[in-house]
Amino acid sequence: RLPEHVQVDDPAALKKLAKKLERQQVPLRSDYGYKVSLFSHLHQYSRKSPPTLQISIPATVIHPSIVRLGLQYSQGIIAGSNARSVALLHTFKQVIQDYSTPPNEELSRDLVNKLSPYISFLSQCRPLSASMGNAIKYIKKEISNIPSQCKEEEAKGKLQACIDSYINEKIILASEAISKYAIEKISDGDVILVYVWIHSERKFRVIVVDSRPRLEGREALRRLVKKGIRCTYVLISALSYILPEVSKVFLGAHALLANGYVMSRVGTSQIALVAKAYNVPVLVCCETYKFCERVQTDSFVSNELDDPDDLIVTRNGKSHLENWQTVKSLGLLNLVYDVTPPDFVDLVITDLGMIPCTSVPVVLRVKNVDQ
Amino acid sequence: LEDGRKLVEYFRAQIRGDPDVASAVAAIRSLLEFLRRDQSETILGLRENMTQAIRRLEETDSSVAVSSGGELFLRFISLTSLEHPDLSQCKNVMIERGELFLKKISLSRGKVGKLCHTFIKDGAKILTHSSSRVVLKVLENAAADNKRFTVYVTESQPDSAGKRMAQKLRKLNIPVMVVLDAAVGYIMEKVDLVIVGAEGVVESGGVINKIGTYQMAVCSKAHNKPFYVVAESFKFVRLYPLNQQDVPDRFKYTADILKTVKDLNQEHPMIDYTPPSLITLLFTDLGVLTPSAVSDELIKLYL
Repeated sequence: RLPEHVQVDDPAALKKLAKKLERQQVPLRSDYGYKVSLFSHLHQYSRKSPPTLQISIPATVIHPSIVRLGLQYSQGIIAGSNARSVALLHTFKQVIQDYSTPPNEELSRDLVNKLSPYISFLSQCRPLSASMGNAIKYIKKEISNIPSQCKEEEAKGKLQACIDSYINEKIILASEAISKYAIEKISDGDVILVYVWIHSERKFRVIVVDSRPRLEGREALRRLVKKGIRCTYVLISALSYILPEVSKVFLGAHALLANGYVMSRVGTSQIALVAKAYNVPVLVCCETYKFCERVQTDSFVSNELDDPDDLIVTRNGKSHLENWQTVKSLGLLNLVYDVTPPDFVDLVITDLGMIPCTSVPVVLRVKNVDQ
Repeated sequence: LEDGRKLVEYFRAQIRGDPDVASAVAAIRSLLEFLRRDQSETILGLRENMTQAIRRLEETDSSVAVSSGGELFLRFISLTSLEHPDLSQCKNVMIERGELFLKKISLSRGKVGKLCHTFIKDGAKILTHSSSRVVLKVLENAAADNKRFTVYVTESQPDSAGKRMAQKLRKLNIPVMVVLDAAVGYIMEKVDLVIVGAEGVVESGGVINKIGTYQMAVCSKAHNKPFYVVAESFKFVRLYPLNQQDVPDRFKYTADILKTVKDLNQEHPMIDYTPPSLITLLFTDLGVLTPSAVSDELIKLYL
């Protein structure tokens, strides 16, 4: 069965979703603007109308820190796969802290049921990422594994500790392990192209590639320059000009799919493609908690459409696309993710070590055995 | 230090005594003997000594197989629960496992030979590179199966190892022709398949082998000829080179050159790296693998 967030053009699916949200007392967010027909099966929301406008304050069903988190997601204040997962886990810790088991109910079952409307609300604010999905699965499993004779305080403490260790192992320590392996691959005198943030200390030059409308490369550039690394900043349109100088390309990933495809910021597959044409090795850095069992071969079926108004730019006082809604045949497409096939990726650096792209199912299998 | 010297002596004696043995097998035999004679008081000390011994052997013979074989040996013997309070009992367990490991890998070449020779059809023309004992075993098995085939061997400079291979093949009454290293492109249209050995199989599924292998792989890809690699499983190593430069220097040059020469840029490397995209299949004692399956097997071996 297809998940509901890729069936927006199917009225039956939409009705089912509306009914479910009504039951959970979560507001339904409406789509905004004309959608390009190839992507009409996805949601497209405007940043100017967050779902928090539609709920009463103080919210009765939804915990206030979840409301805050939802607002931060929908406005783009918290962005990036790791940041979103960490914020989600911290918020869940708060929720667990404030939770009290109602009489005649068991914590292990009731808490999971309480979390469902929160998750629906958050996915209305911004579709869940693969890493967030894995984190939620983990928490739900931990909650349902709490034995029934466990006292409430003890159970809460255990869950808090679980969440803390998840964040520590899978996110913080994982990125340190990845940096360690990545450093081995950087030799003196290398010229490295980054589309993501990386920490290291060898003598090398970095070229930061950036793209509109998010321009996230500027933050990476700031941090690199502060460390005294020689940097060059280009927009993605200058890619084929700059690639002959590059010795290695480092990319980040939003998720790694079971068939070896890499899901990442839009523009990543373009960089990988051009790098392959120039025979430059492409390395992807990704923590194992972002590995998901989904299989995808294209960027159309499951993606995210961001606010189309972001594409409007004002130069010299003139914004040409300001009235794009009035032109009937014009659609603005602001895609967030794209999918890179494994033939373009030479190496994936994870906290378990360096693996080829095709070995993702092996890691998933090993992880399932561990659990 | 004294033990180190004796170890190297034993290793060299093994190679002299049995020239047909793989250098990694000889290394593991020496390590087993070292383990038997070791006098440490603690498990940690024992393991320290073993690691030192492996390093000493790597200095003598810088091939990838010695390094990978040594590490796998150490992992295999320490994989059991060493919870006996008595050190000598622990050591006996380790020695027993070491002997088991040695027996297993001594049989691996035979297993590979049995697997691969069925891929050689009657009337085939085979191209191979330099001198590999595993390829020899495969061709021996195929000849014993009454198959008729011709072999082209590259000369493989700078040590002309190809000529030695040709001699061994002639002794088996297999028609063989030695070609220049530069003639690989010329001869590729005549051959049906290419079989090479490997000094090391890396995590990506690529192989490290005598210099000239990469060229042969590129040519065979251009002519759409299958490129087969035969290797025992103890040659699987936890390296992940991205290109030729990324292969560590300690494998590229022989041990003597590494010790004496200052500027390695003036030396010719003895090995090169063939990426997995150019390899059709790998024949190992673990089975017939595609390059992407190698990582799977490596994870199983090392984790």
